[in-house]
Amino acid sequence: MKKILILFAHPKFEKSRANLALIDRIKGIDGITFHDLYEKYPNFHIDVPVEQALLAHHDVIIWHHPFYWYSCPPLMKQWIDMVLEFNWAYGPKGSALHSKTCLNVITTGGSLEVYCSEGYNSFTVAQFLRPFEQTARLCGMVYYPPFAVMGTHNLNDEKLTEYANNYGKLIELLKTDLSVEDSEGCSFLNDIPQLKQVAS
Amino acid sequence: MTGGLLFQAIVFLAGAIICVSIAKRFGLSSVIGYLLAGVLIGPYVLGFIGAEGQDILHFAEFGVVMMLFLIGLEIEPKNFWNMRKTILGLGCIQVGLTMGFTYVFFTIMGFEWKVSLVIAMAVALSSTAIAMQTIKEKGLMDTTFGSSAFSILLFQDIIVIFMLGALPLLSNTSAAPNTDDHSATGSLIQSLPLGLQTLAIILSVVLIILAGRYLIVPMLRKVAKTSVRELLIAAAFLIVFGISFLMEFVGLSPALGAFLGGVVLSNSEFKHELESTLEPFKNLLLGLFFMAVGASINFVVIAKSPLTIGGILIAIILLKALVLFITAQVFKLKLDQKLLLTFSLAQVGEFAFVLLSFAFQLNILDQETIDVMLVITALSMSLTPIIGIINERLILPKVGTKESIKRPMDHIAKSHKIILVGFGHFGSTVGRFLRSHGVEATILDQDSNRVDFLRKMGFEVYYGDATRVDLLESAGIAEAKILICAIDNPNVTRQVSKLVKEKYPHVELMIRAKNRYDAYDLLNMGIENIYRESLDTSLTLAKDVLSKMGFRKYTLNRQVQNFIKYDEESIRRLAKEPKRGDEYIFKARKELEEQERLLDDDFKRGIVDLDNHWDSEHIRKALNTKVKN
Repeated sequence: MKKILILFAHPKFEKSRANLALIDRIKGIDGITFHDLYEKYPNFHIDVPVEQALLAHHDVIIWHHPFYWYSCPPLMKQWIDMVLEFNWAYGPKGSALHSKTCLNVITTGGSLEVYCSEGYNSFTVAQFLRPFEQTARLCGMVYYPPFAVMGTHNLNDEKLTEYANNYGKLIELLKTDLSVEDSEGCSFLNDIPQLKQVAS
Repeated sequence: MTGGLLFQAIVFLAGAIICVSIAKRFGLSSVIGYLLAGVLIGPYVLGFIGAEGQDILHFAEFGVVMMLFLIGLEIEPKNFWNMRKTILGLGCIQVGLTMGFTYVFFTIMGFEWKVSLVIAMAVALSSTAIAMQTIKEKGLMDTTFGSSAFSILLFQDIIVIFMLGALPLLSNTSAAPNTDDHSATGSLIQSLPLGLQTLAIILSVVLIILAGRYLIVPMLRKVAKTSVRELLIAAAFLIVFGISFLMEFVGLSPALGAFLGGVVLSNSEFKHELESTLEPFKNLLLGLFFMAVGASINFVVIAKSPLTIGGILIAIILLKALVLFITAQVFKLKLDQKLLLTFSLAQVGEFAFVLLSFAFQLNILDQETIDVMLVITALSMSLTPIIGIINERLILPKVGTKESIKRPMDHIAKSHKIILVGFGHFGSTVGRFLRSHGVEATILDQDSNRVDFLRKMGFEVYYGDATRVDLLESAGIAEAKILICAIDNPNVTRQVSKLVKEKYPHVELMIRAKNRYDAYDLLNMGIENIYRESLDTSLTLAKDVLSKMGFRKYTLNRQVQNFIKYDEESIRRLAKEPKRGDEYIFKARKELEEQERLLDDDFKRGIVDLDNHWDSEHIRKALNTKVKN
């Protein structure tokens, strides 16, 4: 069974309806580590050795964050800058993260429709996430498509609960038997057959 | 000459207010102001106060008792125990040598041996009231000089008991003396043989300790429960009066008893309550005491033989000063501390009044001798503050500078770009952090013993009084970029800031302030970089409390920053307001109300909701209204 590390970054978690619901659903699941970056490092002073040890101890790394300005909140970028060191995460001797699994879990205010070449955001979510994808690749990790909760501004409670449940299911799948092949052809992990069946 | 109690009160109060404010205006110690007021209202100048001056003196001695009680409150029993060697050592040397020299001096002058001995006893004792008041006023209690002076005075408080006990043995007449006096005559202890006297002293001390633990503290707890504020004041007085009565009854010095009582209570939760309650009364009584001393100077006696009295006075002061210097030498005090000690305790103290009067009753002294000695005592006490000023302004600058330059000249010549004044808990933290970044500040500190210790630890610390321009100059203020002031005493901080601001305006000042009120003063002097020691730490604590209650840490961080911003803004606004009477109180209250309103708003809106950062609820609401429209 794989060990999952959820790196969560939200500067105003207490006010985020969507993320409160999501985290509430998955927090108690066995075998996962929920790591609340803004609570751990309110001064942005990241303890690099501790973070690296944490990474080494897990098999699946999830960057869970709101999709602010087409990216992550600043503390998560800080985390990436500080923790993924040369010759540890990348570079000739950097193999600490090799063959681990990595993905983004994001919440967006805008709906799926606005994230395309015709929509007002002009690009798809996958395109916006390229820096994360390449970061994972440079560190030798397998990068999955994102799990996204979109259109949070207009999300009713039932729909939100559904998303939360799917997030829970995804975690269970990641623990055991999800492979890259399963996500082939999907822009979002939300669309893989295992979750589609549950959702419908 | 005088008309009733009210008139007397008016005379004393008016005299104090006028003379002390004048003395303060000239930068002199308040003691000088009080003494001057005493002389003025006394029988020889304005004549408002006549012979009752002596009675007032006895009454006002109670201020000394209170002062020792308050000093005791600041000394924990453990520290007191640690001081025992200093007290015994310094005290024995000082009292022993002074008595020896004085005895020889007066015998040579042709006095009878008994008379010489009594005078020697009286001269050996210094004035707790004057010395301690000056030390406290200058904030020097924590220096080596302060604790040494205190040790000697405490020892004198103990030894005076034995002196009073020994006096009857010298008596020429076997008849029992007239005992309707205030002095400690005819008390329990003097009727006992010497061994039992010691036993009685020990018993009294034990009694005070036991009473403190098992009687006074439980009583205070009961009183505190009633939450009637004046009851606590009553209780504070009851404690001091009670101890004094017990001590006088046994025949010990009430001041000594009060001191012990203070030490016993220094660990209790009522320490600060007692302090703040008694402090103003103590100061007023001490003022009264100094005025009474001033009023008791008998100018008729002086006029009769000015040369003799002047000669003896100078001889006694020099002699006491010499002995104190030797005592300090034996205990290896630094030169400046030695000089301070020498000049601050060189007077004949208030115990002399008691000893001399008692000896007079026992017919050891004749009328003429006691008159002369009383005048000398009063004069020597009055001269102490003046000698102190001479030492401070004329002697110390030369001596102090010499020493501090002689040693560290080569180091100071490097003239670092930063000067750090004050190396206590606050300053040392600043200094350590700077040093960890390779920034070596030139450090100045007032306590030479601490300087020595810190130098051994590898710090570059120099001894010196930063209110002196010459020292700042030799520390390289002319080339310095920043001066950090981390001194505990707000008065000294103000002096240093003012000095540097005037003479070296190019130096950036970064100043530690104790609280809002010091910050106001500093802001009004035009200093921008003010660091209130009561701001950041308390907010960090509050932040951690809220975090433990479930608030998010990052949000709290932002809240704290906002709070500091409000507070800094409000303090800058308030500093500009004139600080006079009701108007100020009113403004301050308005300011507090405003702050309360702001904070209240923060909570209703959520402090960061003002800019709606990261709040999706806000966007959702805006979107929904758009849809509805």
